[in-house]
Amino acid sequence: MNLTLNVWRQANADAPGRMERYDARDVSPDMSFLEMLDVVNEKLVEAGQEPIAFDHDCREGICGMCGVMINGVAHGPVPGTATCQLHMRNFEDGASITIEPWRSRAFPVVKDLVVNRSAFDRIIAAGGFITAPTGGARDANSILVAKTDADEAMDAAACIGCGACVAACPNGSASLFTAAKISHLGLLPQGQPERYRRAERMVAQMDEEGFGHCTLYGECQEACPKAISIDTIARMNRDYLVASATGKEEKVLGGTG
Amino acid sequence: MTIDLKAKVPSGPLDKKWEKHRFEMKLVNPANKRKYTVIMVGSGLAGGAAAASMSELGYHVKCFCYQDSPRRAHSIAAQGGINAAKNYQNDGDSIYRLFYDTIKGGDFRSREANVYRLAEVSVNIIDQCTAQGVPFAREYGGLLANRSFGGAQVSRTFYARGQTGQQLLLGCYQALEKEIARGGVTMYSRHEMLDLIVVGGRARGIVVRDMVTGEIETHLADVVVLGTGGYGNVFYLSTNAKGCNVTAIWRAYKRGAAFANPCFTQIHPTCIPVAGEHQSKLTLMSESLRNDGRVWVPKKKEDCEKPPNEIPESDRDYYLERKYPSFGNLSPRDIASRAAKEVCDEGRGVGPGGRGVYLDFADAIKRLGKDKIRERYGNLFEMYERITDENPYEVPMRIYPAVHYTMGGLWVDYNLMSNIPGLHVIGEANFSDHGANRLGASALMQGLADGYFIIPLTIGDYLGSTKLEPVSADNAEVRAAEDAVRARMERLLTIKGSRTVTSFHRELGKVMWEYCGMARSAEGLKKALEIIPKLRAEFWRDVRVPGTGAELNQSLEHAGRVADFMELAELMCVDALQREESCGGHFRVEYQTPDGEALRRDAEFAYVAAWQFAGDGKPAVLNKEPLVFENVGLSQRSYK
Repeated sequence: MNLTLNVWRQANADAPGRMERYDARDVSPDMSFLEMLDVVNEKLVEAGQEPIAFDHDCREGICGMCGVMINGVAHGPVPGTATCQLHMRNFEDGASITIEPWRSRAFPVVKDLVVNRSAFDRIIAAGGFITAPTGGARDANSILVAKTDADEAMDAAACIGCGACVAACPNGSASLFTAAKISHLGLLPQGQPERYRRAERMVAQMDEEGFGHCTLYGECQEACPKAISIDTIARMNRDYLVASATGKEEKVLGGTG
Repeated sequence: MTIDLKAKVPSGPLDKKWEKHRFEMKLVNPANKRKYTVIMVGSGLAGGAAAASMSELGYHVKCFCYQDSPRRAHSIAAQGGINAAKNYQNDGDSIYRLFYDTIKGGDFRSREANVYRLAEVSVNIIDQCTAQGVPFAREYGGLLANRSFGGAQVSRTFYARGQTGQQLLLGCYQALEKEIARGGVTMYSRHEMLDLIVVGGRARGIVVRDMVTGEIETHLADVVVLGTGGYGNVFYLSTNAKGCNVTAIWRAYKRGAAFANPCFTQIHPTCIPVAGEHQSKLTLMSESLRNDGRVWVPKKKEDCEKPPNEIPESDRDYYLERKYPSFGNLSPRDIASRAAKEVCDEGRGVGPGGRGVYLDFADAIKRLGKDKIRERYGNLFEMYERITDENPYEVPMRIYPAVHYTMGGLWVDYNLMSNIPGLHVIGEANFSDHGANRLGASALMQGLADGYFIIPLTIGDYLGSTKLEPVSADNAEVRAAEDAVRARMERLLTIKGSRTVTSFHRELGKVMWEYCGMARSAEGLKKALEIIPKLRAEFWRDVRVPGTGAELNQSLEHAGRVADFMELAELMCVDALQREESCGGHFRVEYQTPDGEALRRDAEFAYVAAWQFAGDGKPAVLNKEPLVFENVGLSQRSYK
């Protein structure tokens, strides 16, 4: 198959960008989307031009590194599929494909299709963890976790941190990402001691980063390659509300406080 | 010029060595820890766990990774599970049995003491991960679930659906972020280590490239730890992430660190077969699938083109069950991979190019029901269907062996320190625990054992017993390392030849797969040793790296990694040629038993081959660490 690509090119964070047109010829339907881009890039390099920069690593839909808007849809047309898992048999011969980076103020463009998602790391640093320093753990089977809770926690924990939710959301909200982590840890007994503090701090950081607010469009859930549910957002909102209503100011005490 | 390889294994009975060592090692007083800076290169299971734990203890940690976030490390892709000797299933497991299975699985080419310690701390790993909120699978009663894995007759593998690696990595990534917020760890994402700084014979820092601005930076420290993963990408096609590379440990090798057993590479039997020349990497289908799937090929060559569901039972060769009745489909990886290659070489392979075998779930679906199978393997089945457009609930999966893991790596002693004082190596980057073959679900175990429970203590032994003088940025050895990195970058950028980096990488990969893959011969290895230096020379004459160094430049990054692979490839072939026996993943066709199994030659080859760099263009020097088995009797590995 032969395709026309319209790709966002941008030399660096401070340079203006523009759309450029490329031809992708003799594309096999069994190729993955990124393999198709690899082939386009090889031809560009051979012709003495600069290849298109894009983030990728595992190429199996788990590291969360890859992610582009494909014809305006985060990760492209197949549900529950990251960009690297998309195969060209999902496109028609002669199709025109527009490829853009994640569009969000909180994800500044680094170069071409590469964006800076360190905001996500900062949200996790604000509270997306259980404080359990190495060495103090009790026997793993000594705290029972109901199978239904473990499964629901696993559903939320499946988030790969790719940012498609932000890119798909008309408000540019990171709610699904933040809520997924809040839900994963909040559903487990080990996550209870810090549950409300976590919600409060992660939401505060999410706002601080410049993401938008959630008005329940639900686009995030549709774009998510791991099909994370917006039920997690309900859980986040509830934990945040409880935290706001019942939270006490943390005191700085003497000694080890 | 040789290296004195001292493993420094503590004396005394096997099951008391680690306990004894923890008492005898030097400690660093809690108030003194904050005076030390530790560099941690790599943020995967080993690196992330180590960085978080060392920071919790009070050390200043600087952590580096080449991706945009520490959570992207390729540990994240591990699917099947993590072993631990908890014996929750009451089926006869114990620390000793896990130790024994791992030594035997490694074909008696690993150090007993290191492996025993691994089994010993495995129980603590599960506790630590559960405490961090890793959502392990649970039974209805609320207890942890287990499944069985290759090379073991007990059910000791803990898992989180089909993404155990991601969940374990998120556990240590989250702990790492907590420490970053607290100020104990400074994280440098999108920074690639390009050289090791050795001052006065001690590892004192690294030279890195900021992959966004292109700037070359020096970072100095009191101790350097490398957790940079494996080198499977020397084969171009492997289950590794595209960015995985040998550079950090290779640079250390060129600065004097011994590289042990480089030819011990693992080929995983169940990966999705190659679809075409454009293939950029291979996708692993977890070994856990072999718990329920049955491996077969048609008995008759003519049936290979037929749709599998039309081939009657009597015409199917369930070759693993036939050849190895006790382990059957759960035979260890090296054995299962070679068996697959054998049937395909006979002309009974399936799928495009005849390089594939079936992994069939029809019986399991009949026995357990589709829902149970979906619960266990749902995400793996989806992954398979996305890539091949075939539905494994209805037709058998097609699989073929692919390069997956590297047991070889930098040589380390019992403290996980290399022969360069101050340079420690953890996880897949080191050579120590898996011998000639790694069992399934043990890489996750080793990474976390090294990261959480071993290295945070053993660096204390080094720091507590060494007087370290401060090193200034103007020091001659520091400047020399920086200059060398800049010069190399410049050289790669100015060649402006006619061939892309990928074309060279692909060609190298084919040579390695052909001559240094599943079946090796003296003839083939010697041929490779003629081809590789020529290919390398052509690379340095004719590679085309577009752009400049002062920006994000993925071709430049790739070029540096391929340049190092071109040198590693040669050492791997030299190592394979020298090891005139077959063991684990290293199969020399000249050394096999009458029924085609690996023939070890313990009297001559029960040693670790630790190679020492002797200068560009000069042959590497072989140092041998003899392996002594005091607790486990050397025996022919049989899974029949």
